[in-house]
Amino acid sequence: MPQVSLKVNGKPVTAEVEGRTLLVDLLRETLRLTGTHVGCDTSQCGACVVHIDGESVKACTILAVQVQGSDVLTIEGLAAADGTLHPMQEAFREYHALQCGFCTPGMVMSAIDLVKKNPKGLSEQEIREGLEGNLCRCTGYHNIVKAIDAAQQVMHGKVKELPRAAE
Amino acid sequence: MAFEGIGASVKRREDLRFLSGRGNYTDDINRPGQLHAVLVRSPHPHARITGIDTAAAKAAPGVAAVFVGADLAAENIGGLPCGWQIHNKDGSPMAEPPHPVLAIGKVRHVGDPVAVVIAETKAQAKDAAELVSVSYDVLKGAPSLEAALRPGAPLVHDEVGGNLCYDWHIGDKDATDAAFAGAHKVARLELVNNRLIPNAMEPRAAVGEFDTMSGDYTLYTTSQNPHVIRLLMGAFVLHIPEHKLRVVAPDVGGGFGSKIYHYAEEAIVTWASAKVKRPVKWTADRTESFMSDAHGRDHVTVAEMAMDANGKFLGLRVHTHANMGAYLSTFAPCVPTYLYATLLAGTYTTPAIYAEVKAVFTHSVPVDAYRGAGRPEASFLIERLVDQCAIAMGMDRVEIRRRNFIPSSAFPYQTPVALQYDSGDYVATLEACLKASDWAGFEARRAAAKARGKLRGIGISTYLEACGIAPSAVVGSLGARAGLYEVANIRVNPTGSITVFTGTHSHGQGHETTFAQLMAAKFGVPMDQVDIVHGDTARIPFGMGTYGSRSLAVGGSAMDRAADKIIAKGKKIAAHLLEADAADIEFKDGKFQVAGTDRSKALAEISLTAYVPHNYPIEELEPGLEETAFYDPKNFTYPGGCHICEVEIDPDTGVVSVVNFTAVDDVGRVINPMIVEGQVQGGVAQGIGQALLETCVYDADGQLLSGSMMDYTMPRADNLPNISVGTSVTLCTHNPLGVKGCGEVGAIGSPPAVIGAVVDALKDHGITHIDMPATPQKVWGIINANRPRMAAE
Amino acid sequence: MYEFTYHRPGSVADAVKLLADPDARAMSGGMTLIPTLKQRLARPTAVVDLSGIGELKGITVSGGTVKIGGMTTHATVASSADVAKAIPALAKLAAHIGDAQVRNRGTMGGSVANHDPAADYPGAVLALGATVHTNTRAIAADDFFNGMFSTALEPGEIVTAISFPVPEKAAYVKFPNPASRYAMVGVFVAKGPAGVRVAVTGAGANGVFRHAAMEAALAKNWSAAALDGVTTPVDDLNGDIHASKEYRAHLIGVMAKRAVAAAG
Repeated sequence: MPQVSLKVNGKPVTAEVEGRTLLVDLLRETLRLTGTHVGCDTSQCGACVVHIDGESVKACTILAVQVQGSDVLTIEGLAAADGTLHPMQEAFREYHALQCGFCTPGMVMSAIDLVKKNPKGLSEQEIREGLEGNLCRCTGYHNIVKAIDAAQQVMHGKVKELPRAAE
Repeated sequence: MAFEGIGASVKRREDLRFLSGRGNYTDDINRPGQLHAVLVRSPHPHARITGIDTAAAKAAPGVAAVFVGADLAAENIGGLPCGWQIHNKDGSPMAEPPHPVLAIGKVRHVGDPVAVVIAETKAQAKDAAELVSVSYDVLKGAPSLEAALRPGAPLVHDEVGGNLCYDWHIGDKDATDAAFAGAHKVARLELVNNRLIPNAMEPRAAVGEFDTMSGDYTLYTTSQNPHVIRLLMGAFVLHIPEHKLRVVAPDVGGGFGSKIYHYAEEAIVTWASAKVKRPVKWTADRTESFMSDAHGRDHVTVAEMAMDANGKFLGLRVHTHANMGAYLSTFAPCVPTYLYATLLAGTYTTPAIYAEVKAVFTHSVPVDAYRGAGRPEASFLIERLVDQCAIAMGMDRVEIRRRNFIPSSAFPYQTPVALQYDSGDYVATLEACLKASDWAGFEARRAAAKARGKLRGIGISTYLEACGIAPSAVVGSLGARAGLYEVANIRVNPTGSITVFTGTHSHGQGHETTFAQLMAAKFGVPMDQVDIVHGDTARIPFGMGTYGSRSLAVGGSAMDRAADKIIAKGKKIAAHLLEADAADIEFKDGKFQVAGTDRSKALAEISLTAYVPHNYPIEELEPGLEETAFYDPKNFTYPGGCHICEVEIDPDTGVVSVVNFTAVDDVGRVINPMIVEGQVQGGVAQGIGQALLETCVYDADGQLLSGSMMDYTMPRADNLPNISVGTSVTLCTHNPLGVKGCGEVGAIGSPPAVIGAVVDALKDHGITHIDMPATPQKVWGIINANRPRMAAE
Repeated sequence: MYEFTYHRPGSVADAVKLLADPDARAMSGGMTLIPTLKQRLARPTAVVDLSGIGELKGITVSGGTVKIGGMTTHATVASSADVAKAIPALAKLAAHIGDAQVRNRGTMGGSVANHDPAADYPGAVLALGATVHTNTRAIAADDFFNGMFSTALEPGEIVTAISFPVPEKAAYVKFPNPASRYAMVGVFVAKGPAGVRVAVTGAGANGVFRHAAMEAALAKNWSAAALDGVTTPVDDLNGDIHASKEYRAHLIGVMAKRAVAAAG
């Protein structure tokens, strides 16, 4: 069986996998990082999005062996060591951008990549278009868009504290 | 501390785990020694099984067992039960053909399970599943209502002639006919309510585990109602008594109705875990979800409204055919009957209503409740028909609604179709929504859009729904085979913290927050002193689960009742400690106080006394501070409201964009506005999805063409607008909280508003109605076929 | 997925050796291959991952030609200042392929070699009169695509790069499939060294094709109005639940006009 060595959330990991093992299965089954979810089998839903070397990737559409030597970041590795949430996580909570929570990890990981790639800032329409690869069935996206808009202001250093949601 | 009482937008306490990847969904659960199950499903809509050869699969690497329908039949395993019995017009019961867990003799829809392969890994189980050789004698299928009703149509069940499950009716036919005979004008509408595939983001999953020592079974499952599953599966399918069967529904990733039902896979993994003496896990691939999760809607209807010369509604006549799919899912029969036709008065004073509903078996996935369940079908019919009435009368759409509204002075209002509405103010929600949406300024926006080459339209819906399901005796008389009360158990712990066990289940609704808010307010303690527990039959006394927007109205009321019992007992304890009469003790702000004095005991002092009963009225009062309440609602609750939608159509491509959406709903008392708003937005998104994007398509033979997210159009962020949500409250009069329910209003109220807007935008193209979904192809077809006269001029 | 052996060669030569096995499959970004394998629609004995071959990556612009390595991701093309300057239509096309995650992994060579009828790049390759370079030869765009999921590539032949002559004007406009978001109709129009060329992707039953009638009309008069009355025969178009052949034919006209307008 092939062996794969990589970093997951900053920690070195080596595991035996089959050639056909998907990254998402390595994460969920071998490493028991079950925050990365599988919501479809046609690469549409984005519940499995993680970062590989800083870029968002659907972990259901990449083989575990392909990430040899890479740095993988999952939802579990996003908060600071002291538990401080990433601004995107904090914004999702503040703006009620999640309900059942199943799409949330992938949505958050995609949103972070989207914001990072657009340092000039995104309009509401650009946020909506940028979420093309992620499906949510609960929220109607309204609050997800609001959360990302708020988080981008913190991530780009425009404000120090997350703008609070209206009561 | 921020205000966290009733009416505060308290942030959700469940979010931290979901945002950190620490949720605990069924597929996240791995039990020691667990095996994996993969189902072999029918590729045919209709076929006779002439043989199943499992030898090669059994010999494949890692395979522990392969089972087929005959293996279950040999152990007297029952079929999947139906929880509701409808009676025909003649009083005879509906046709209720068997629904085997694994197909026996015949397969009746693509995806019908035929065999299960259980192996060490899922990959091995999948490999081996391909080696199960099923021989089929392929028969002609009838997947649609039209095909199944055709004379000589292939029968889904040999014993059910004409594929007719039931032929039911409600209302006063003679009075309705008389209304039509005296009508000034009649508006008529034929419509299709399109079939939907629920697609909660978490695919269904189940893990069965058998304890060989105790004989106890545990099922972890993606369910909205674990106790219902325990009841149905234990009593009817596997014959396991309740005390030997535990059902756990942990974090569940959305349900929308599709996770109410008892599914074959739950029974299979539970049963098989005892056969192989190891835990067995099954998780659906999304492709399986498409062909095995119960679908929703799928009606074909003809409706007519009789009006007098002033546009007052005199009578409503409705004929509906409802697709049941191949088998009766758990609650399927009640959806197009008691959750549909009883709503046909809507918000209007229509004095005479008659509806007949024929339910039909077809070679398709079973159809059952999907967000709104019957009520979206009713509201779509009524609101679209009212728009036709306006056209027929040459009257404004808003004006004809105003003329026919049940006035707020008329409550309680008895409709001609069984329901008695307790409260509402339809003019108030209408006015608020007209204002919030700037209805009056629309024509200027239409003109501006026209200048940009876009067709702009506006649509309105003033809907009503019935939820808070449901009074047991009422639904029992209508065919329900269960009670629909809810249960709460409240444990005030010795040091005064509170654990609330509820029979409802949260799969996105935020119960851990809203219920904690409710109970913290009731007991006058901080929210962090209250924990909410749900989803485990071993921890919660009983419960009927979450659907029909019932959790707060029924489950919350049960909590309120249990809390009242706690307070009553607390008063007795306080009276003893304070040497006062219990009748003189008041409970307020977390304290038991002798009225008119400053002598009081805090809840925590009372609870400690209850558990350490040294100075205690032990002769008359048991120690401990824990109470249970079963709350059976007196009536349904009746949320209603007004939804206004504006669309723009690109006439070159037919693409419809929702540019404004405004909802003003009366959901009764609001506990957490943030959560209510989110529930409405999510419901509206699914309503817009139904109206513009989503539809299940079978080909003529019964192959599922919209069988994946590559072909079934799921709403994405850029398909949807900002959704403006407001509330205009009248209180429910019959539950202690005054709450009505908010989970389904979005999906119920929005589709007619969206379609009304599309039709309005196309009003120069010769149409008065368009069936859902209004896809670009369909809209372009209309534009292309009916170039407006102004273009030709 | 069926089990297979995974290889990640470091050079084209090594990859070619591995692909000599007729049951081996080359994988570039894997955005089509992996879903195909997951559905068990293919059963290769070996998967040869080309991502370790440095020589297949990169973008160079020289002498009126943009040359893009086969393993260059869509995201790289989309964010390349060089591409944006030389052929903005190509950068824009790349920025709208699939979703962000597809763009981070999917590659130009993979897209072109696969010739999925709903892919975007074939439209650019054909309309811009690009040249497809492989490990053995250079193939003109007009000779490259020969039917749905079919190209002039021999078994084991690898797309190493694609060179695009810089056009005078070009634009690509697509109508995505409402469900999958892949191109249901995409029209790439270009006016350049190779003349006026119009390529249609997404719509054709045989994959990407050139639209002769539109090319003729635009060669005479480069304007959206020139396409008035130019129709598309429906015979060789796809039809499905989202779009009939007739609707696709109509959309080809609309997208083409919008593309010409966008190209300026």
